[in-house]
Amino acid sequence: MKIIEPHIHMVSRTTDDYQALAISGIYTITEPAFWAGYDRRTAEGFRDYFTQLTGFEHARAAKFGIRHYCWICLNPKEAEDLKLAEDVLAIIPEFLDKPTVLGIGEIGLNKNSRNEIKVLEKHVALAAKRNEMILVHTPHLEDKLKGTRLIMDVILNEKRINPERVMIDHAEEHTVAEIKDKGFWTGLTLYPYSKCTPIRAADIIEINGSDKIWMNSAADWGISDPLATLKAANEMRMRGHSEVLVQKIFYDNPKAFLSQCPKFEAA
Amino acid sequence: MAAHKSQMSSNAILDVYFIENRARLIEVAAFLDRLDRAGNAAKGKSDFRYKAFLAALKILVEGKEGRAKELQMLFSDLSPEPLESAAGMKSASGAWKGVGK
Repeated sequence: MKIIEPHIHMVSRTTDDYQALAISGIYTITEPAFWAGYDRRTAEGFRDYFTQLTGFEHARAAKFGIRHYCWICLNPKEAEDLKLAEDVLAIIPEFLDKPTVLGIGEIGLNKNSRNEIKVLEKHVALAAKRNEMILVHTPHLEDKLKGTRLIMDVILNEKRINPERVMIDHAEEHTVAEIKDKGFWTGLTLYPYSKCTPIRAADIIEINGSDKIWMNSAADWGISDPLATLKAANEMRMRGHSEVLVQKIFYDNPKAFLSQCPKFEAA
Repeated sequence: MAAHKSQMSSNAILDVYFIENRARLIEVAAFLDRLDRAGNAAKGKSDFRYKAFLAALKILVEGKEGRAKELQMLFSDLSPEPLESAAGMKSASGAWKGVGK
C-alpha cells in the first residue's frame, strides 16, 4: 500500500527516518514550515530555513525516492513579534514560486493572541493575493477549540479564499465537525499526548466519515512517530474497514487536496 | 456525510482494548495517589487542572455516548475574546482556568 504523508517535519528527523518511510511505502511527503523549538531572531534566519526546506531537504528525500514538497510561512509560535513577522512576510514571496512549494503553511494560532491573529490575517491576505493554497496549524489542548474558531473566522472573512483549498490540521473530536461543516478540509494528527492516537483517529473516522479528511504524523523534534500513519491504517484494517476506505484516507484524500496545486504530483 | 460503522462486535472490542484501558485506569489511580502523597497535596487539589480532572472523571462514569468529545469540551477554553498578548507563552496547560466558573 502507498501512503502520502502530508504533514511531517523532516528537518528534525534523521536520514534513517527517510529510509524507514521509503521502505514502508511512503513515497510522497509534504513539510510545512514550523517552529524550531526556539525563536529565530531575524528574517535571515528564516531565509536560511526556507532555503533548507526548498533545497537540501528536497534533495535528501530524493536519495530515497521520496518526493518532498513544502509549505512556507512564519509559524504562529513566532508571530508575537510583529516587526519580525513583517520582515519574514516580506521574504516569503521569494520562495512561493519554487517548484516544490505548495502554498502557505502551517499558519494559524498558538495562544490565540491579538498579534497572532494580525499575522494570520497577513498570511491569509498574501495567500489570497497569490491564489496560494493554505495549510493551517490549530493550537494545542485547551486552546484548540477557540483557536480553530478564530482561525476559521479569519479565513472566511477573506472572500477570495476558497475553503476547499484550505486544510485545517490537528483536528480532534471536538473540532472535526465544525471544520468540515464550514467547507474546509481537515486533518487528524497522530501525535502522542498532545494530539490524537491512531485508535482515536479511527474512532473519529467512524463517527464523522471519511470525506475531505487526511491523517498525518506531524513527526518533528518532539516524541513523535514518522510511521504513525501506517499504524492508523493498520488499526482501520484490524477493525474490518475495507482497503478502499483505507486507501481513500491515506492516499486518495491527500492526493485530491494537494493536487489542487498544479506543482504537486503524487508518487 | 456517511459515518463508517466499525465491523467489530462489542466482545471483540473488549478483547482488543480492555487490557490497555484497564492499565490506563490504574495509571489514573496511581496519579491521584501520587498527588495525595505529595507534601502539599491541598495546594495541588486547588489547582484548576486537578478540578478539571475530577470533572472529567464524572463524565466518564455518566454513561452517555460522546464522552471523548465531552471531555475535549470540558478541557477547552470557552472564552470568546483573543488573548491580549502571548509574549513569553508557548505551551498549553491542558485545561482551562475558567472551567466550572
